[in-house]
Parts: sequence; C-alpha cells; structure tokens
Amino acid sequence: MKLIDVFLPASAAGIIELLSPVPPGWGGTLLVGLLHSVEIAIGATCLGLLIGTGGAWGKLYGGPVARDLLAVYTTVVRAVPELVLILLLYYAGTDLINQVLAAMGYRRVDISGLAAGIFVLGVVQGAYSTEVIRGAILSIPQGQIEAARAYGMSPGLMLRRITLPAMLPFAIPGLANLWLIATKDTALLAVVGFFELTLATRQAAGVTKAYLLFFVAAGALYLALSLFSNLIIGRVEAWSRRGMPSIKEAR
Amino acid sequence: MSAVEAATVPSGEAQSGAAEAIHVENLHKKFGQLHVLKGVSLSARDGEVIAIIGGSGSGKSTLLRCINCLENPTSGIIRVNGEQIKLKADNHGHTVPADRKQIERIRSRLGMVFQNFNLWSHMTLIENVIEVPVHVLGVKRDEAIAQAEKLLARVGLAEKRDVYPAFLSGGQQQRAAIARALAINPRVMLFDEPTSALDPELVGEVLKVIGDLAREGRTMVLVTHEMKFAREVATHVVYLYNGLVEEEGPPEQLFGAPKSERLKQFLRNVG
Repeated sequence: MKLIDVFLPASAAGIIELLSPVPPGWGGTLLVGLLHSVEIAIGATCLGLLIGTGGAWGKLYGGPVARDLLAVYTTVVRAVPELVLILLLYYAGTDLINQVLAAMGYRRVDISGLAAGIFVLGVVQGAYSTEVIRGAILSIPQGQIEAARAYGMSPGLMLRRITLPAMLPFAIPGLANLWLIATKDTALLAVVGFFELTLATRQAAGVTKAYLLFFVAAGALYLALSLFSNLIIGRVEAWSRRGMPSIKEAR
Repeated sequence: MSAVEAATVPSGEAQSGAAEAIHVENLHKKFGQLHVLKGVSLSARDGEVIAIIGGSGSGKSTLLRCINCLENPTSGIIRVNGEQIKLKADNHGHTVPADRKQIERIRSRLGMVFQNFNLWSHMTLIENVIEVPVHVLGVKRDEAIAQAEKLLARVGLAEKRDVYPAFLSGGQQQRAAIARALAINPRVMLFDEPTSALDPELVGEVLKVIGDLAREGRTMVLVTHEMKFAREVATHVVYLYNGLVEEEGPPEQLFGAPKSERLKQFLRNVG
C-alpha cells in the first residue's frame, strides 16, 4: 500500500483537489474555520486581559469583599475543566439569559455562537490572566509605584502610565502562553456546534473520508498560527523590555 | 545661578516675613506596635533648607514621607502652603487622607527625590521629566519638553535625554530624578537620603546639584547622612532621636556647640 493511499483511502481525487480553496475542494472550509478560531481567540484574549487587569488590581488593592469574590472566581474557574465550563456557560448561560428575558416580557433570542464562545473562553482566560498580571505587578520595583504616588498621580493615571507598562515585560511570557492556549481552546467550542477549525476539519474529513489528510492539514494551520504568534510576541516583548539592559552579557 | 539670586539667599534662621511652606505639628506615626514618631513638629518657611539628621531608626525618613502622606501619619497636623491635609480614620482605624483630590494636588507640588532614584524604567530621561507636567499638571507637551531639556542640561544630562535609566550610573540617575522633581516647579523639594545609595565617588556630583538649588533659595527638606553638606547648605538643622526632636537650631550652633549628649555622641560617631 502506497503512502498516498493512507491519505486518500476512499477518494480518487488528488490531495491538491481536496485541499483546493474552491469547491469541491475543502480548503476554503478549513480557512473559514481557522478565521473563526482566530476571531474567538482574539476576542477571548481581549476580554481575558480586561478581566485580568481589573482582577489583578482588585486582588492587590481592592477591599476585602472584592478580594474574596475574585479569589472565588479564579479558584473555581481554574479548578473546573474548561470543557465542563464551556458546556455549563454555553447551555446554562444562554438558558439563563432567555429566562430573564422571558420574565421581563421580551422574546427569546438566539445567542450567536461567536459571542458565546468569546464570552466563555474570555471568562476562563480572565481567571488565568488575573494571576499572571498580579504576579507581574508584584515584580515592578515598588519605588516606581511610590514615585507615581508621590507626584500626585490618580489611581487610574498610575495604572495607565506606570503600572501597566512597567509590569508588561514580566507579564509577556505568561500572557503569550495564555494566547497560544486560547488559539487551541477554540477547538473545545466544536462540542457546542461552533464552526471553527476543528469542526470544519471533522466535516471535511467525514465527507471525503480523508481523515489523516485533513487533520494533518488542520495541525499545520494551528502550527502556522503559533509560529506567526511567536513572531509578533517576540517583537512586543523586545519593545516592552526597551528600558531594561540586555541579558546577553549575563550568559 | 546669578549674583542677584545669590544675594537673596537667606542666611541663618528664617526671615520672619517668609510664608510657611511646610508646617508639621505633633506628628505621631505607629507601625503596628512600633511607635516611630512620638510627637514631632517641624516648620519650613519659603527659602529655608531644613536638614533632618539622626541615627538609623530615628524616624527621619518616616517624618519626610509623612509630609506628602506616602506614609499616613497616625495623628498630628500637616499643612502645606497653609493648606491642612484632611485626614480621616478608615474602617481598620488607620488614618488615611480624607480627600484624594486634595492630597494628589498637594503631592503634585512637592518634588520628592528618593534614596533609590525611582525613575520610571520604561521611560527615557526626557519622558521621565515631562511625565508629571504633561499628565498630572496639564502642561502642553512641547512646552514641557523645552523645559525638560533645560533642566536636563542644568543637571549635566542634556546628551542623555533619550537614554533609559537602567543604562546610567547611580549619580546620573539621581541627577535625572532631581530634574524630574524640578520639572513640576515645586513649592518644596523633599530629599530622602539622596546620596545613600550612591558609590562614594558619585556622591559629589549629586551634592553639587542639590547645593546649587539650596543657594538659589529653593525651599527644601533634606534627610541626609552627609553632615558636612548639611552644615554647608542648611538654614536649620533638626536632630531626631528615637522619634522625637532631640535638638534643633542653626547649623553653626548644632554642629559647633551641640547641647545634647546624644547629639554629641552621634556627631562623634558619624564624624
């Protein structure tokens, strides 16, 4: 049996035809799935960063009630498997929204898969980001925070001008991990029927029976996304460390 | 500094006509069980240079940091330019500033220089110097830059304007920090042991800058270990011992003819 037969057991069409971006090829389907995955990952990461920044600030400087609530949030979200959280928030969440709407006399709505996916993954990302950013803020030399206070900066200004840029070099490695995890966690949304790369791959493979071909292709797309991300992250990290001496001499 | 400016420098004790820039009355500060300040009073009139000296743990840095509420005093009165800082008790019984806007406004007119410089590491020197004028005081960016360039030139760092602090020596960083403090056109400059973290050969360049400012008639409160320098530039010296003012007076008197046994002992130890 030749190698090509492993890739194409039931199809007479060649690899090129199957992966072609125009029908009857399935390449276009895969690319649309990738686009949806990237959309969800970007949305979830942005939401996660917002929650994480607020969460870290609250955990460090908030009152006892805010700190306790945030501790419950980060503990619960990080304790429960993400798949369970996705099923829970997606089905229970949309159900809850519709019940509230019904109680208030509105009609039921269909929550878009994109919005629901961003929300669910964003909540998960937020819990992890909270801890990454909290650790990064703790790594800032406290004198710089003190100088900001001594010169009359308001808490909001200090967060924007001093705390966030100063913590960035310490947060980038952890946040980069979270971004790469987010790109792949989008695959979990396939279980609730959201059309992303993994679901697209399953469809293509199911119809053509060329399972290995399409899952290898999907793997290549995920890998390309990660490599491209690394390129961007590297640039951002170098920029965030602009005020720090190179560590090359320390080797 | 011009000769005209030099002629206006007050000598000895404050002239009675000058307004009181800093007024501290019966200040107490407790860290838990530790009673660091036990009722300290301090006054700085415009143009005065107050040097606070004392041994380790005497409370001199804490006193300075209470003036702009970097440490919240446990009790006492602090007035800056005649305006009393409003304090209140929070839920845990700690004293905290009652009016955030007020304390931010007062802080933005007190130029603080720290022992460890505390320049913002993600900003170049020029960015450090314009940061507070632009974002706190609302000065236009190009005006702030023009002024910051003059100030950096004044402390001898004109050519380092686009360098990040981590690439400079301690002495250069501290001079930049002084430029940052000057950029807000401060009513009073607060120096918290500005040369204690410096290598001995770098102390001189920083003291020279501070000395020039003092001779210019800048109002300052200076916590220092440099006795010779305090004697040269101060108009009034306060010796703190164990959270209380043990002795105070003009530098000639305090260093020349100290009355307190503890001060005599202290001067022998550091001299």
